[in-house]
Amino acid sequence: MPAVTETIDTVQSVTEGAYKWGFETDIEMEFAPKGLNEDIVRFISAKKKEPQWLLDWRLKAFAIWQKMEEPLWAAVKYPPIDYQDAYYYAAPKAGPKSLDEVDPELLKTYAKLGIPLKEQAFLAGVEGAGESPADARMPVAIDAVFDSVSVATSYKERLGKEGIIFCSISEAVQTHPELIRQYLGTVVPQGDNFYAALNSAVFTDGSFVYIPKGVRCPMELSTYFRINAKSTGQFERTLIIADEGSTVSYLEGCTAPMRDENQLHAAVVELVALDDASIKYSTVQNWYPGDAEGRGGIYNFVTKRAQCRGRRSKVSWTQVETGSAITWKYPSCVLLGDDSVGEFYSVAITNNRQQADTGTKMIHVGKRTTSTIISKGISAGRGQNTYRGLVRVAPTASGARNFTQCDSLLIGDQCGAHTVPYIENRCMTAKTEHEATTSRIAEDQLFYCRQRGMTQEEAVGLIVNGFCREVLKELPMEFAVEAQKLLQISLEGSVG
Amino acid sequence: MTAHPIGAAGFLHRFDGLRARLPGARLPWIQALREQAADAFRVQGFPTRRVEAWKYTDLRQVADAGFDEALSAVDSAPALPPAHGGARVVFVDGRSRPDLSTVDGLPYAVESLAAALEAQEGRLGSLARPAEQPMAALNTMLFEDGLVVTVPAGVAGGVLDLVSLGSASERPEAFHPRHLIRLEAGASLTLIETATGPEDARYLHNPVFEIEVGFGATLTHARIQQEAPRAFQLATVYARVEKGGTYDNFTLNAGAKLVRNEIHTLLAGPAATCHMNGAQLLRDGQHADTTTVLDHAAPDCASRQTYKTVLMGKSRGVFQGRIHVHQVAQRTDGYQMNQALLLSPEAEIDSKPQLEIYADDVKCSHGATVGEIDADQLFYLRARGIPEARARAMLVEAFLTEAVEGVQDETARAALGAAVTGWWEAVA
Repeated sequence: MPAVTETIDTVQSVTEGAYKWGFETDIEMEFAPKGLNEDIVRFISAKKKEPQWLLDWRLKAFAIWQKMEEPLWAAVKYPPIDYQDAYYYAAPKAGPKSLDEVDPELLKTYAKLGIPLKEQAFLAGVEGAGESPADARMPVAIDAVFDSVSVATSYKERLGKEGIIFCSISEAVQTHPELIRQYLGTVVPQGDNFYAALNSAVFTDGSFVYIPKGVRCPMELSTYFRINAKSTGQFERTLIIADEGSTVSYLEGCTAPMRDENQLHAAVVELVALDDASIKYSTVQNWYPGDAEGRGGIYNFVTKRAQCRGRRSKVSWTQVETGSAITWKYPSCVLLGDDSVGEFYSVAITNNRQQADTGTKMIHVGKRTTSTIISKGISAGRGQNTYRGLVRVAPTASGARNFTQCDSLLIGDQCGAHTVPYIENRCMTAKTEHEATTSRIAEDQLFYCRQRGMTQEEAVGLIVNGFCREVLKELPMEFAVEAQKLLQISLEGSVG
Repeated sequence: MTAHPIGAAGFLHRFDGLRARLPGARLPWIQALREQAADAFRVQGFPTRRVEAWKYTDLRQVADAGFDEALSAVDSAPALPPAHGGARVVFVDGRSRPDLSTVDGLPYAVESLAAALEAQEGRLGSLARPAEQPMAALNTMLFEDGLVVTVPAGVAGGVLDLVSLGSASERPEAFHPRHLIRLEAGASLTLIETATGPEDARYLHNPVFEIEVGFGATLTHARIQQEAPRAFQLATVYARVEKGGTYDNFTLNAGAKLVRNEIHTLLAGPAATCHMNGAQLLRDGQHADTTTVLDHAAPDCASRQTYKTVLMGKSRGVFQGRIHVHQVAQRTDGYQMNQALLLSPEAEIDSKPQLEIYADDVKCSHGATVGEIDADQLFYLRARGIPEARARAMLVEAFLTEAVEGVQDETARAALGAAVTGWWEAVA
């Protein structure tokens, strides 16, 4: 996100130890009635002016969801969720047509989030704002999703010249129904899991990206997600299609206000890479983690999956998970095309009473497919951090190769670090390797830093950043700076 | 002829019929243990693959086999595998055979459980967890006999062979021996267990071990599983190691159609050590599952695990290993490695190493690798004039030897080495 420098300034200026994005924006919102039933599904679909087939698709998902049971296998604990006690649709009222019409509160929100003014105009949906002179920095196109709806997408026209489609998924349903119909639910089907089924029934918005054949996307694409309204769940759905020979890098960021209640975030992300296409998907997840006693915070139950359908296609997931009370998330790659490549780089931090159960699945089907998994888990306070991953090699995946490395770092004696890898190999010529380590920060490392005049906290921050380096270096540069800062903030109060 | 109930129902039916005749039927504490186990088994039945701990091992073929209780003839004189030391106890179909055993003049007590049952109150059942492990529940419900060994404080017990033979019969038989091994402070023992049966025998061998390793004691426990090709073995070992004690387990899975080797080790006292090593050698049609659960429940303990699997034909190997480091277990040093060598395009290996850590001052790691014979290594040997078949044999042997080398006790290591070599010579 280009917001980084500003974000850091904001971060630094605020008092230590608190969640910096915990403000709430008081703007006029439109809600659907609380609760979940077929009528709500119909309401959402009607609001979005969706075609009949999509409504039917949602209703089918809803029917499947009703028959499903909530998964309880993850190493996370939380009281039962009442799915009827939440709003499934919340949107800022009526979109603006010029900057003057923009709800000033919305603009303030973006300012607080550290999004530069120029981009604020795009995000506020001011027409023509996308044509302003290019920024000195590398431009980044942003789609912002506020509670349930996408509020604006920037740089649309410039991207349009390359034939790139980057818009909200509701818009894509109207403008490119054939693409949506062709790809929606083909990577994560409606009945895939409990939360994916819920999402399929009630998803309200999200981003849609299509990169045409042979196009290298000229700028980073980014979606900014924010849960604002009270008692709402956010259910966005992202679909990215990289056609033959295309390349795209996509960034995702998320925040939410501080509240005592827990809010549900159940997103679905589907990626499709065709022959020779490459998708890089980076996430800095900073939902509100709850307070030190574990009150409030987001339940982040997300399904992310990519299909490398084409030969020599590549998908790379990078995630920095610092927020959320509970994270349940396994960005995966199904490597169908011969010589396709899957990568997963992850840093997950749990502090206070946060719980994270995250990892990946690499399913090798095509010949000579390769996958790399690097996971760094950091537990502090009373946090519980689990890496859970699957590497499956089908008999067809001759010459497949996997390398997995999971390292855990423990800070304090009240936290936990767990590693649960599953390796299933049915191919003689495939080779899989897994290694995992768990340790705490070495005394001699700390001593070395302290001796050179660093405070305990600075020393821990430095060591943790070093521990995560392999993952952070995969992030686009500006994101990496922000992520490093976030790591430090997330660990505040956990040392000494 | 009435239909013979199979599966869990078959065993429960048999328990109902045998209740009054099983050993200890007049001892209230035994009765209570059996009834509780039967309740647990009634609830759980044979675990399905939906149960996480049994995700990779399907017991349907065991459940569907329809077993009878063992009716071995007392006068049968089966061939015995070679002895490794002087002392030997022999069980045929789960029943002690003093006539085939040699236990005279030992400096410690060796008894048959059936004979010494009354004295085992508080000891039998102190470690096994039938409520959580259906096969241990089945064992508790129906055990008839077993080995009871008590090595007094400071006594070096030397080598003891435990031989378990299954026999061929018209209907498959099931037996559930319960073995109790106790080493008091500073004692030592090398227990070499060989389980085997005649080529055409079909049976279920479902042993449960309860092992107590006292203060500073050392137990070497080598398990050589060479069951008949159509037999099943579902073994559960529970071991508790006190302060400064060492439990050295090695399990070789070479026989049986389906085997599950489940080991629960509790490092209960500080500075206890545990080695759990093993090798699985699988031919066409075999399924072998090694599942280890290691609890580091005291500080300064060390654990080492190395498991190797070689798979041929259409075989399936499973390794599940969990290390649980409790919050008190500071300065834990835990290491686990499991490696598999696939020698056939139809073989499958499933591996689930698992770390669960609640203490911060620990050094824990695990590794898992799967692959075929390394092409570079093969090339190296062939470039030196070694024919391909010989080069492959050398590499497989080297792969397996590494696991066996970890065994500290010389006699046990030699016995395991011989069993591994014998297996490879038979298949190669």
